[in-house]
Amino acid sequence: MMTKTITLTVNGTEHTVDVEPRMLLVEFLREQLTLTGTHVGCETSQCGACVVHLDGRSIKSCTLLAVQADGTHVTTIEGLAKDGQLHPVQAMFKEHHGLQCGFCTPGMIMSAVDLLQQHPDPSDSDIREWLDGNLCRCTGYQYIVNAVRAAAKAGIR
Amino acid sequence: MHAFDYHAPTTIEAAIAQLQQSDEAQLLAGGMTLLPTLKQRLAAPSDLVDLSAIAALHGIDASADAIRVGAMATHASVAQSALVREHLPALAELAHGIGDAQVRHRGTLGGSIANNDPAADYPAALVALQAVVHTDRREISAADFFSGMFETALADDELITAVVFPKCITAAYAKFPNPASGYAMAGVFVARLGGQVRVGVTGAAACVYRESTLEQRLTARFEGIALDDVEVSTEDFNEDLHADAAYRGQLVRVMAARAVDQARSR
Repeated sequence: MMTKTITLTVNGTEHTVDVEPRMLLVEFLREQLTLTGTHVGCETSQCGACVVHLDGRSIKSCTLLAVQADGTHVTTIEGLAKDGQLHPVQAMFKEHHGLQCGFCTPGMIMSAVDLLQQHPDPSDSDIREWLDGNLCRCTGYQYIVNAVRAAAKAGIR
Repeated sequence: MHAFDYHAPTTIEAAIAQLQQSDEAQLLAGGMTLLPTLKQRLAAPSDLVDLSAIAALHGIDASADAIRVGAMATHASVAQSALVREHLPALAELAHGIGDAQVRHRGTLGGSIANNDPAADYPAALVALQAVVHTDRREISAADFFSGMFETALADDELITAVVFPKCITAAYAKFPNPASGYAMAGVFVARLGGQVRVGVTGAAACVYRESTLEQRLTARFEGIALDDVEVSTEDFNEDLHADAAYRGQLVRVMAARAVDQARSR
């Protein structure tokens, strides 16, 4: 089978690479770019540990081929912090104990950032509904919702 | 995942040509069903033909009495469309209830109806609204389009371009999702247009269908309470570990009543 040359921008850096068409975006990010902050949880588009932004919208990178991301801008959890400063949503997760083991956290935060970009003032039910596709087995979700609510109140986009 | 070749044509003609010249090519829309299927090695296409770069398949527009939704419109774009929310709010709400936010950013109308999963949401809306499926070569009424479990009237090299829905305010969709998967164990779309009430049911049987007993009752009296003593025929209903046929029959009746009351409140 032929490989395909794709060009995509990840966290502000452009990459032109040859990939097998069957390579998943999450495999490309983790194995070729060694951006291992994006996690592989269920691999069945249910758990949300692999959520990244594709042209600004949250998607599950285990259910997207790398070739489908040709020409796009991808942001991963590694792309949120600027100049050594946590992104405000990351800071709120830390402040409000929105994690325990941390495995779901990168996906949770990427989903939450997209929520606040699209809905700057979400209700609690908006937050819970939006995080429907992100599973956490530690926190019971309450502190995650608190963290997202606090980020919204602080006017974070 | 088995290996395959990948193509991203920019015109409908090029996509059809690619389908015709490959051994076992498959169309790729949002990939929310196809990619999990490939990952489990349940399918092994020789080629994937990605439709996302074909501009003609995107977009949502309205005419005097209808709304045309491009096959590649995502669930999120249908849910957020000002046109759909104004003229066919039930469809926007249905789209908003599919999967989760991340899945709705990728999954498409065309992909959903081409797959015709017995528990998919969109088919219920298409049959209840008597929508028309437009393909590269013809128009197919929803009643003729969905032909069986995961089966449609599409030819092997045929491509959905858009679905045309009538504008309809008095309509609603209610589903009882499986608590684990989120798929409808019963989903009912009710639409009242020109004095006629039509009821599309998904999740309960092998393929979406119209429930004539409920339609007759609701045409006479369009209120949820009118369904209290109706018995839904469960002859061909699915039975699995989640629900037996009798339970699904109850769900269909209750979801229909909820949809009616929601439609009436608009």
